[in-house]
Amino acid sequence: MRLTEVAEALEAKVVCGCDAGDPEVTCVGASDIVSDLLVWGKPGMLLLTGLAHPSVVRAAHLIDVAAVVFVRGRTPSEDALALARDLALPVLLSPHSLYDCSGRLYVRGLPGVIPAQGEAARTLGPTAQVD
Amino acid sequence: MFSIRYPVLGGAYFLAGRAAADVKQRLGDRGLPGEMVRRVVIAAYEAEMNICIHAVSGEIEVVVEGVQVQLHAEDRGPGIADIEQALAPGFSTADAKARALGFGAGMGFANMQRCADTFAVCGGAADGTRVTMSFIPRPQEIMAGGST
Repeated sequence: MRLTEVAEALEAKVVCGCDAGDPEVTCVGASDIVSDLLVWGKPGMLLLTGLAHPSVVRAAHLIDVAAVVFVRGRTPSEDALALARDLALPVLLSPHSLYDCSGRLYVRGLPGVIPAQGEAARTLGPTAQVD
Repeated sequence: MFSIRYPVLGGAYFLAGRAAADVKQRLGDRGLPGEMVRRVVIAAYEAEMNICIHAVSGEIEVVVEGVQVQLHAEDRGPGIADIEQALAPGFSTADAKARALGFGAGMGFANMQRCADTFAVCGGAADGTRVTMSFIPRPQEIMAGGST
């Protein structure tokens, strides 16, 4: 799913990272815990989070997240936005909750990132079977 | 072979992660397998954050020799009274400020152990903490190739 489609689905505003074009988002992860992101995050992932701090921007960039969506109307600090611009990381703002954003993307067929135990992260779509 | 040291300041959350970001850039430039670089970067970030959250100050050193990477993190801080307890996933002594910033889940050492090929931590109470890790390319990483 293209980032523009994500923005439409989440009624989100793109606040920076427009220079990155319209990247493809391959899956979605949602968390407010940085270590979670490091465990199951993967390149090309869209991160949904309510943690509007520079630390999340930095961590997201380190694992090559495609874009970050700050949910429930959380406005990131200027430091966070400045860092995102420096890193060319697209940032979107959605008025919807973490739960609603996840649901909006799930019903549109965007798979989630599921942490595996002792294995590399894998993704499942809404029609796949769960072990 | 090359090595580089990064000073880390305790409590400086606005600087947190810059060392790991530089490690990512440098290792990528050296053509190491992308997934291996990713493991080193995650471990470096967790080590850097441990210093930032728990110590007064510290240092991270990355040594690259061929395709092998060693990562050393040493700090001047309160140390660890019970290392076994500290290694348990979910255990954390992070303060409220760290937790408000999304840290303190108690997964730092677990992530380092997951990412590194060897891992060792030492340092008793009030001695500061030293972590040593090493990384070599895994077969699937060599086959996948690529760089970050």
